Amino acid sequence: MMFFSFAVRNLRRHWIRSALSIIGIVIGVIAIASLGIMGNSINLLVANIITDVGDTVVITPHTAIGGTFAGDPRTAVDAAIPAREVEEIRRAANPHRTIPVLQGADEVEFGRGESGYTQIIGLASDDIPILLELAEGQYPRQNQPGALVGTYLAAEYDIAPGSKITIGNESIRVAGVLAERGFAADINPDYAIVVPDDWYESHFGANDAYPMVIVRVGDVEQIDAVKDAIENRINRREDIVDVFDSRDMLRQYEEIYQQITAFLVGIGGISLIVAAVNILNVMYISVTERIREIGVMRSLGALRREVLRMFLYEATILGLIGSIIGGIASAVSGYLISLAAVEVFTAGTTFGENFTVFDQSAVGFIAFGMAFGIATSIAAGFYPAWIASQLAPVDAMRQK
Amino acid sequence: MPVISFEHVSKVYPLPAGDVVALDAVDIAIEAGEFILVMGPSGSGKSTLLNIMGSLDVPTSGEVTIAGNRISGMDDDDLTLLRRDHIGFVFQQFNLIPLLSVVENVEYPLILKARQNGSRERAEEVLEAVGIAETHFSHKPGELSGGQQQRVAIARALANDPDFLLCDEPTGNLDSKTGTAIMDLLDRMNREEGKTVVMVTHDPRMTDYADRTIRLVDGRVA
Repeated sequence: MMFFSFAVRNLRRHWIRSALSIIGIVIGVIAIASLGIMGNSINLLVANIITDVGDTVVITPHTAIGGTFAGDPRTAVDAAIPAREVEEIRRAANPHRTIPVLQGADEVEFGRGESGYTQIIGLASDDIPILLELAEGQYPRQNQPGALVGTYLAAEYDIAPGSKITIGNESIRVAGVLAERGFAADINPDYAIVVPDDWYESHFGANDAYPMVIVRVGDVEQIDAVKDAIENRINRREDIVDVFDSRDMLRQYEEIYQQITAFLVGIGGISLIVAAVNILNVMYISVTERIREIGVMRSLGALRREVLRMFLYEATILGLIGSIIGGIASAVSGYLISLAAVEVFTAGTTFGENFTVFDQSAVGFIAFGMAFGIATSIAAGFYPAWIASQLAPVDAMRQK
Repeated sequence: MPVISFEHVSKVYPLPAGDVVALDAVDIAIEAGEFILVMGPSGSGKSTLLNIMGSLDVPTSGEVTIAGNRISGMDDDDLTLLRRDHIGFVFQQFNLIPLLSVVENVEYPLILKARQNGSRERAEEVLEAVGIAETHFSHKPGELSGGQQQRVAIARALANDPDFLLCDEPTGNLDSKTGTAIMDLLDRMNREEGKTVVMVTHDPRMTDYADRTIRLVDGRVA
């Protein structure tokens, strides 16, 4: 305890120097923890935005880079799966439901002189309720064509069931407004218009090919078996389609956001290393100033390891105080930064509503930041402490 | 059995310009209760002799026995414990620890030895014995005069009841009156408490206090 008391007294003797070292650690811990929390929050948010369609297999025409996920800009090629291949897929996936998807774009007039190019998705009328949920209105029926408008598009142009919109030069009644779906592995109708496939083909012309086919598996356990069956049937001789499911997409997004989080934590780590260099400097100055005192302690019977411990106590105390303050501050700042990040990433959407940015990982980042703060402080203090412990008493006492 | 024994002890410092022989085949035996002065011109080897007696340094050759312990082959921990348990140091610069109060400075070697607190009574007893008033116990060393600081240093040296005191010019930084008072204190400790005192000095007046004087010239006992 005596050497601990020495350490405390020495830190108090040079309290400004000690306070500055502590501030360095506080900043480092805050940087690590709050940036980690922010990265984690973005990760959580993205996972929340990506609609869980874990029971869906998506088939797209084979591209040079192979299967990634729908919406990957590298797969934006004008290719389609011929109708006879769709039938092969249907047979391979049987008894699971196969849903061919038509996708195009046209200029749409929303009324009141507002218009713009919009994505148009064509689906078989009986497939629509299986894939999409309604917010209001009703699904189009076989003999009563109607369009379903994505929730954001409807909100932006103030469209309600019963409104009329004009796609190209063809007028169509709005049957319903779709519920928010988020970013999914298959189709993303929040800013699109969904129409029955017969209307789509009469409008755009039929070419018996589909840019995407969705297989609704129902049971997640069977996804791999369905994927294999499709691959074996269609891609036996050459790769005609790419087959993937939303888990692949989530995996890729998770990888990307984990890398972002690691990068952010790395930046925080650098600031903590700067703080550690400051501690090393402070401790080194302390050892240099106290060489004579160390010599006296050693001549009176203090062992090398006791001198080492005394200086390590100093570094530990600095790291501990800095990490505790930093941990508390980063809980607050991490929460605020995360809220801001959610705000920025979900501006104009309802995704961020009721979204919790703090989870176990956030607490983990705080704990990690604090542990890293203490560990780097001790590591930084070790070299000066070791130098102090190795001083020969005679040489140390000779110093002025 | 002598409390300090040097048998054919040499100390050589290897330097780029050539070896420097600080002690050259020194034979010394100091019995318990003696008051010994070590005198000699600068560079004669006094400090080296004192350092080896204090187990702060080891000889290049020869055999040194301190309080019955042969120091050849001892590692740093053994030498440190030997200093702690058997030797009291009094330095010219007092070398009190500025972080600690007067009584804590005296308590310091007691805690080092006992590995626990609770030695305050012994520290106060020794401080009173060297003439430090209780009102000064809680002061920091810098708040005391030079003479008082040296008294505290002597109290610290005596705290663990060592076999002998090694004093390196203990009056060198004091005025003559204070120096005399410190010498009287050491003399009293020697005569009344039976403490062995080995003292390095340049001052020939100190020979009055000593039982005998070891004179060093060029690292040899003259």
